[in-house]
Amino acid sequence: MIPGTTMLDKSKPGKRAYTLPTPDVEMVDPAAVFPPGLLREGPVGLPEVSEPEIARHFVNLSVLNHHVDKDFYPLGSCTMKYNPKVGNDTSGLPGFTGLHPMVPDRMAQGALAVMYELGRELCEITGMDDITMAPAAGAHGELTGMLMVRAYHAAQGKQRKKVLIPDSAHGTNPASVAVAGYESVEVPSGPDGRIDPEVIKPFLDDDVAAIMITNPNTLGLFETHICEVTRLVHEVGGLVYMDGANMNALLGISRPGDFGVDIVHLNLHKTFSTPHGGGGPGSGPVAVKEHLMPFLPVPYISKEGGAYRLSWDRERSIGRIHTFYGNFAVTVRAYCYVLMMGPDGLRRVAEDALIGANYLMAKLGGRFDIPYGGVCKHEFVASGKKFAGKGVRTNDIAKRLMDYGFHPPTVYFPLIVEEALMIEPTETESKHALDSFAEALIMISEEIESDPEKVRGAPYNTPVRRVDEAGAARSLDVAQ
Amino acid sequence: MSGACYLPNTDADRKEMLRATGAAGFDDLLVDIPEAVRMKGALALEPGLSEYEARQRLCRLAGLNASADNYTCFMGGGSYDHYVPSIVGEIASRPEFYTAYTPYQAEISQGTLQSIYEFQSLIARLTGMEVSNASLYDGATALAEGVLMALSVTRKRKVIVSGCVNPARLGVMNTYLEGGDTVVVATGRESGTTRPGEVASLIDDETGCVVVESPNFFGLVEDLEAIGRAVKETKALFVVSVDPTSLGILAPPSAFGADIVVGEGQALGNHMNYGGPNLGFMATTAKYMRKVPGRIVGKTVDADGKPCFCLTLQTREQHIRRERATSNICTNQALNALCATVYLSWLGEEGLKELGRTCLSLAAYAARELESRGFGPRFDGAFFKEFVVDLGVDAGEFVLAALDEKILAGVPMGMFYPDLENSLLISFTEKRTRAEIDALVSLIVRTGGGGKKA
Repeated sequence: MIPGTTMLDKSKPGKRAYTLPTPDVEMVDPAAVFPPGLLREGPVGLPEVSEPEIARHFVNLSVLNHHVDKDFYPLGSCTMKYNPKVGNDTSGLPGFTGLHPMVPDRMAQGALAVMYELGRELCEITGMDDITMAPAAGAHGELTGMLMVRAYHAAQGKQRKKVLIPDSAHGTNPASVAVAGYESVEVPSGPDGRIDPEVIKPFLDDDVAAIMITNPNTLGLFETHICEVTRLVHEVGGLVYMDGANMNALLGISRPGDFGVDIVHLNLHKTFSTPHGGGGPGSGPVAVKEHLMPFLPVPYISKEGGAYRLSWDRERSIGRIHTFYGNFAVTVRAYCYVLMMGPDGLRRVAEDALIGANYLMAKLGGRFDIPYGGVCKHEFVASGKKFAGKGVRTNDIAKRLMDYGFHPPTVYFPLIVEEALMIEPTETESKHALDSFAEALIMISEEIESDPEKVRGAPYNTPVRRVDEAGAARSLDVAQ
Repeated sequence: MSGACYLPNTDADRKEMLRATGAAGFDDLLVDIPEAVRMKGALALEPGLSEYEARQRLCRLAGLNASADNYTCFMGGGSYDHYVPSIVGEIASRPEFYTAYTPYQAEISQGTLQSIYEFQSLIARLTGMEVSNASLYDGATALAEGVLMALSVTRKRKVIVSGCVNPARLGVMNTYLEGGDTVVVATGRESGTTRPGEVASLIDDETGCVVVESPNFFGLVEDLEAIGRAVKETKALFVVSVDPTSLGILAPPSAFGADIVVGEGQALGNHMNYGGPNLGFMATTAKYMRKVPGRIVGKTVDADGKPCFCLTLQTREQHIRRERATSNICTNQALNALCATVYLSWLGEEGLKELGRTCLSLAAYAARELESRGFGPRFDGAFFKEFVVDLGVDAGEFVLAALDEKILAGVPMGMFYPDLENSLLISFTEKRTRAEIDALVSLIVRTGGGGKKA
């Protein structure tokens, strides 16, 4: 395949891949129905190709991707674990895929059962009281949660202005806060990379609507002072929102509901093994404590007398946040995963995730700076700063890793670590895989000493060489 | 132990790895978690099942649903029973696509990146716009994001929205606007279409955008020409929500001066899936490219000058703008966008037109048959693939009764509008046949109370 060649380039009038049923009714001419001004004039410009050409085109594209089924994918805070195949089969059952979202509840009992029962399980896992499955991704969950914070304070009779966010937060956190109409106030982390209650104190007043905490945080550290922090925020009438993107570390080990969190979102496409799809669909359920239940979005899924139903009549709800009920097919996969793992399996997931991350950190510690050492949870952050003298940056190390067959870690994040390499191995990687990855990084650190130019020029063995991202932004070509 | 099937490390591996960390046992890795918040017992969940048992449980649950596989589906209103060709599932189930992450590292993500670029190209062509993003969650959040973008561009606070826009989308838009001081003014929906004169009279200096959907929730095609003309006389932006399957036969919104086009792309090669994952899309003019929420892929070259693709204009995005961001979207619906890209390639130029004519013809046949039996359309106006009919009896009750005949008869309008409790929205995809439509019509005639029969 010629690089960059699209389906449109392969188009030729007269070719076709489609077949459609011939309707056994009189064909209507659109010109007889709609005024001429509303009819399309001229072609749309869609490709005209045959099915074999489509198959070959997309298969050829697909093999240019790195993916979890191929090799290690240690993107920090992304939890790129194995996606069980049975999840595809079960979410693909015709009883689920062919279900229209507005069928009467009694005809969707199986689908409602999946959402409700998974919801109850997620409440148990997080130690919360109730949940909405509607948010379509983590950031969507954050926005839903922040709008609930708004509704809560409105119900208390006084709206507040600020949301506190530690400087190690995911970029979506401040953005979600802004979209919800709050001002985000950045709070510095303490010297050990954790939130320090003494640092938080001066920020606390009756204008603080909430604090948004990621735990474990993006340095891979458990927020040791979490109970004190939640107590302080509650004392001034604020709420505690937890970004649960890193919940993989805590399954069966510690529960947000037990350390004072009021609202937490989960990423089913991280912790609960559903595939990331090359950038979605995800699912970002939001679990809450009892005092926030009235504000959950509609529709609300309940179980009464053995039957599941959707209810819309909820006066204090923030309203709808999705056309229907969220990414249902993703919840089927997550439900299947929880069913198979059970309580012991989930605990083992977290244990192995922690063991893997600490093992890898120990193996790399001699060669790379680990600015916030000690024990980590599911991930850790190394720094490539010490290679600056050789003219090699973290981005170069990332690109060189590709030549060894690995996806690079998350780079340049969190922002509080210079030249950051954020590494999350996940529990589905064998010791052998971790050893190979550590070996590659160590070899690269040696290459930096002996032949830095080689590292700066990487990658060499990838489908394309280093991509000119600045060029893309300069001469914008975003559609053919 | 349950779950071990996905966990490669043996007990011996675990011990060896722990030893390498210097920990005496696993609990040494938990020292930073206060004792008080460490779980003492196990989670209260049912014990893990084998793969077979889990699958059986899900098969049983799937069997409880009234799927379009077993029922004749006339339900639409935002989710449609179009045929999904095999090639779509085949491509989307390749692990190279579905087990990949967001394509941040372009050198090893060209498959995803190029397919997004092709998606953007096809959406731009469908809508007649210059720029499309890589997708949004669904048609409702796309509409909400479109409105937020228009308000950010114009720095105004008033939104005029057609009362005939899908009410679920309107609901989401209202939720999204809750954080600001936006004023939303809705036009009447009594006639089933938006009155251009009413729109014109509502626009004032504070108006940031006008939002119209065509075909609208009642299936009717709006007079975008007249509405567009009214909007273009002002500084407000024109936001149009469209059904992409109509765009083979209907003029693209660009023809009427649309500034932002949004829509629901589920109908393009994605199953209904009880409402999700759906596929939101957004397209606009080059002028507003830097205001578009979400990801955009651009074409570029690699170090050897070879053509390739990467995420571009990332300075717009939440992870860079943080608290200055006007959208927070990150993960979107990439795999659904891939399905749409494969589907549109499969359908092609002629297929899209034929699909549109087929849906239109089936709907027109049903309307004629109903009208001849005294059940005329609830609203005047030209419709595309769905329309509203008055049954003369409660439409929700009718839908329940129709289940006995294995028919999903339509969407009862009373779900959204108390004054339309006898009205039913009926939708027609290319899967429907004359015999199926005749069966529905006969059922309506037998049980309905409208028209001549009353």
